[in-house]
Amino acid sequence: MNPVINGIPVHYLLGLAGILFSIGVLGVLIRRNIVIIFMSVELILNSVNLVFVTFSKALSHINGETIVFFVMAIAAAEAAVGLALVIAIFRHKKSTNVDELQSMKW
Amino acid sequence: MLDLFPIVVLLPLLGFLHNGLLKDRIPHRFAGAIGTLAVFIPFLITLGAFNEFNPMERTAPHLVPVFDWIVIGDFKSSFGYQIDQLSLYMTLIITGIGSLIHLYSMGYMKGNKGYNRFFAYLNLFIFCMLNLVLSDNLVLTFLGWEGVGLASYLLIGFDYDKSSAAEAGMKAFILNRIGDVGFILGTGFLFWLGGSLQYLTLQTNLSELSGFANYANLIALFFFIAAMGKSAQIPLYVWLPDAMAGPTPVSALIHAATMVTAGVFLIVRLNFVFFLAPDTSFFIACIGALTALFAATIGLLQNDIKKILAYSTVSQLGFMFLAMGSMSYVAGLFHLMTHAFFKALLFLGAGSVIHALHHEQNIKHMGKLFGKIKITSLTFLLGTFAIAGFFPFSGFFSKDLILEKTYTYGAFGSILWTVGVVAAFFTSFYMFRLVFVVFFGKDNIDSHHKVHESPWTMTLPLVVLAVGAVLSGFFLTPHFFLHIDTLERYFAPVLERGTVLANQMGTFTKHTELTHQVEISLAAFSVAIASIGLLLAYLIYQRKQSPILEEHTGFRKILFHKYYIDELYDVLIVKPYVFLSKGIAFTFDVKILDRFFLGIGGSFGLIANGLRRLQSGFIGDYALYVVLGTFCILVYLLTRGV
Repeated sequence: MNPVINGIPVHYLLGLAGILFSIGVLGVLIRRNIVIIFMSVELILNSVNLVFVTFSKALSHINGETIVFFVMAIAAAEAAVGLALVIAIFRHKKSTNVDELQSMKW
Repeated sequence: MLDLFPIVVLLPLLGFLHNGLLKDRIPHRFAGAIGTLAVFIPFLITLGAFNEFNPMERTAPHLVPVFDWIVIGDFKSSFGYQIDQLSLYMTLIITGIGSLIHLYSMGYMKGNKGYNRFFAYLNLFIFCMLNLVLSDNLVLTFLGWEGVGLASYLLIGFDYDKSSAAEAGMKAFILNRIGDVGFILGTGFLFWLGGSLQYLTLQTNLSELSGFANYANLIALFFFIAAMGKSAQIPLYVWLPDAMAGPTPVSALIHAATMVTAGVFLIVRLNFVFFLAPDTSFFIACIGALTALFAATIGLLQNDIKKILAYSTVSQLGFMFLAMGSMSYVAGLFHLMTHAFFKALLFLGAGSVIHALHHEQNIKHMGKLFGKIKITSLTFLLGTFAIAGFFPFSGFFSKDLILEKTYTYGAFGSILWTVGVVAAFFTSFYMFRLVFVVFFGKDNIDSHHKVHESPWTMTLPLVVLAVGAVLSGFFLTPHFFLHIDTLERYFAPVLERGTVLANQMGTFTKHTELTHQVEISLAAFSVAIASIGLLLAYLIYQRKQSPILEEHTGFRKILFHKYYIDELYDVLIVKPYVFLSKGIAFTFDVKILDRFFLGIGGSFGLIANGLRRLQSGFIGDYALYVVLGTFCILVYLLTRGV
């Protein structure tokens, strides 16, 4: 495998993806604002996209980039539905704090 | 009529269902009539069937299969009835005396709030009893056997709000269950050896089985244990006197005339086993003789009119088993019939006395009743002469035949005969004690009691039974007197197979023929014994009105307290059993078993309670679990080295 892409070593890119992923997960876990959590999820998706692209380039294989388009499409759909839900919940609850949203508990 | 025979069994069942289901929605009079007819019509049908069957000519039984009941592989048990000399004989007694007692109950139970329930139970009893005697296989017999036990339990505990009655019912039930273990074991053995439970098939199969004689004693013993319970023999007799807590017609029907003789019936039905079991038969004779004597001595000093009769029943059953043990089955069956007549008569007479005195049962509070209640006292007197064995009343012929057969039975015959004679003497004594104290002697009746004769529904059965008690002895008389052997010829087909079998196996006990001289002297001796009993009772209770036997000191105290047998059982069996049960219930069960199983339940509860906290409902928490889970899987995969 070619460890370098345009002068940047692959592990740099993977490291960046890992950092982005961790920040995303951390955001999901510790933030209470549902919009921020949403953004963190986007961050996670992007980090994964980065990994796909990196390997696709490094391996000269088209599959990875194809999946990235899938992920982007699904992320867009998810954002559309998710934000709609967030707006609906906000109208209902006057809050974006997830700790107050536990009416789904048994 | 033979084809109509299932109706005989069906009608009491219908009567039971009708009165039992409608209970208080029909008037008493109607329920009583239905109950009585449900037994009387079968009696008429049986009479017709008896005629058609022609028992003196015909030898093969008439089989009436109704339907298959249990069929599992080789095992087959069906509802089927076997009509032969024996079952017809029993059916006539059951329905005949049964309908008289039903009629009597219509008068006796008048005004009782459980009137309809009573008739339902009585019909249930008759239904079960008929199944017992008519069945052509052991399983159906057992069904009837248990059924009469149930009916007896229900009827003894009829006044269930009295705790003594309820307890007596339970006592009877439990003691009978102990005996029934023998029935089940015996049935199992017979099926194992004979490959069938039908009497006729068993008979043929067993006669072809060469080693059967080895098992015969054991199997006979098992069935005798069952008979011990039902027929109140030592050591399982204690329930019968207590059973007097039931209404008097019940005492007459179940505990004198029919159910308690089921043991005798069973032995005759299985005579092809018992003929091959000389050792067990000797044991039966010993138990029978002991019971006859033992119960008679207890009867000497009791004061409850029904208890005296109850002990007398136990004693008479002992005589029947003495006959069974000496392998003179005809003598036993003969006594069964005469006893059914005179004991039912005596019990109903006692009921009439109790009725006249407004539920007074203590003979010390009676006296000089003779003439005041004419029909009752006359018929009672006839019954007493019959049971005491006076010539020519029925009891004389049957009891004398038993004693004679015992006398000629094997090496110990004369010892058993002596025991029997002593028992007969006591019988005569205590029965006349009863008669003198109740019907003659001093008037000890509370003055506010207005003595009145019972209604016709009660006196008619008394008269009919009295006729039976006087005349039924003439079915079988000794050689020196008339020499009637109707009953002997009648039962010959039933016993034939067993006799042939016993002859083949060499276990047949031949009763030596007695010369007329010996026979006459034996008979004269028993009449003399009975007369001495009568005279003694007269001297003590009528002439001197001496309280000599009524002071309860020394041995008399032991007798009065029935040898403390109940107390003995209480100490030896009941108390330890209760102690053990309590120990198990409150120590082993509560402290060990319960804690173990509750602990299992509790620990799952605890785990669940802990896990419940994981479900907080916060998205963040769930996300955390996802992350942690992923992390764990990653660590696992990495350490394993994918």
